[in-house]
Amino acid sequence: MIDWGWIASNLDDIWEATLQHLFHSVLAVGIGLVVSFALSLVALRWKAAYGPITWVTGVLYTIPSIALFTFLVPVFGLTSIWTAQVALVSYTLLILVRNIVAGIRSVPDHVVEASRGMGMTEARIFREVQLPLALPAIIAGVRVAAVTTIGLVTLTVIVGQGGYGLFILRGIGRRFLTEALVGTVGAVLMAVVVDRALVALERAATPWARRRAA
Amino acid sequence: MIDFLGQVWDWFGDPANWTGNRGLPGLLRSHVFLSAVSVATAAVVALPVAVWLGHTRRGGALAVSLVNVGRAIPSFGLIGVFFPLTLMFEPTSRPLGFWATFIAMVALAMPPMFVNAYTGIREIDPALTEAARGMGMTGRQVLTGVELPLALPLVMAGIRNAAVAVVATVTLSAWVGCSSLGTYVFVGFAQRDRVMVFAGGLAVALLSIVTELTLGGVERLVDPLRPMRRRRR
Repeated sequence: MIDWGWIASNLDDIWEATLQHLFHSVLAVGIGLVVSFALSLVALRWKAAYGPITWVTGVLYTIPSIALFTFLVPVFGLTSIWTAQVALVSYTLLILVRNIVAGIRSVPDHVVEASRGMGMTEARIFREVQLPLALPAIIAGVRVAAVTTIGLVTLTVIVGQGGYGLFILRGIGRRFLTEALVGTVGAVLMAVVVDRALVALERAATPWARRRAA
Repeated sequence: MIDFLGQVWDWFGDPANWTGNRGLPGLLRSHVFLSAVSVATAAVVALPVAVWLGHTRRGGALAVSLVNVGRAIPSFGLIGVFFPLTLMFEPTSRPLGFWATFIAMVALAMPPMFVNAYTGIREIDPALTEAARGMGMTGRQVLTGVELPLALPLVMAGIRNAAVAVVATVTLSAWVGCSSLGTYVFVGFAQRDRVMVFAGGLAVALLSIVTELTLGGVERLVDPLRPMRRRRR
């Protein structure tokens, strides 16, 4: 049922689609992380801002993805990378802001006060104490955002972008199972690999947690 | 931009978009029908299993991996894979692409329903079920008299989440030739008609909101413990 010959003779295309799919996903999660960080800093500095920020990002999260693409069409055009990126980024915000804020807030007060007592500035406490301790929560958010985004990037073919979605769309057009399967399995495998990579990154970045467990 | 939104407004006002095969009522009906059949099928398959596993307190690992796998599998990919497969068996009782979309939507709807129903029953305070057993209730009575009423809000929330996701994603059926509100988006992109694309997206978004609000209302109506919860507050 699966045409292995087609796969063998299209390895170059598959590799190129893999790189494009990864590029779109990494770009969206990367921009999402930067925006979420800024929003989280605002929410941590002014507590009253947290409610409105999660409300707005929550509304963005509930807009159906294809509907969001169509809403961006009059702004960026039918086949712009930004029609795809703005939609993808807006889906990462809620989960990332929630995890960043919860992670920073979960750092015990006595730890922050001990750092203050040692004469550390607030900025340095944030960078060297709060942020590293919040890292597991932040990476947990990035994992969900990344897996969701990799799945959604299959839809960006609708707005003229590349990636695995192209195989799915062409597989549908030619009624050719192998091609659609390559796109689908590719996206699932990428999600699994990226998820495992983020787990490994977390372990590498938080050596103290490992020592405690041992 | 204002000019564009004016054109969208005119599009919705055009009588031609309210009649025939490509009319809003017809496409809305197909969209809702396909969504409802998928959600109902997923509920019939997923809920009994989830309730039974929750009742016997087994299968926690299954619940977790189901959510993760569900998140990683793209619906568009499933539709694409099942489209050629279902054509092979030629079930022609429905329009082209119906069964491929149906299977993908059932797969999309099952994880949130399963997990909510499972955790809803699993997370009930064991003291309550033990008290019920101590009063002489049988396993079945504990399930129907204690566990299900307590878990109902979470079960319903799972159905609502699944339904909203399905209503949003059924849009993709247009790409395999089965009409839904997604037909406007699909045809609009093919004809480079931005107004039609936008109008289709708006229709889908509005239907999602209506689904969310309607099922939220049903959720409150059927909650047997709602009077008690209100009094406590």
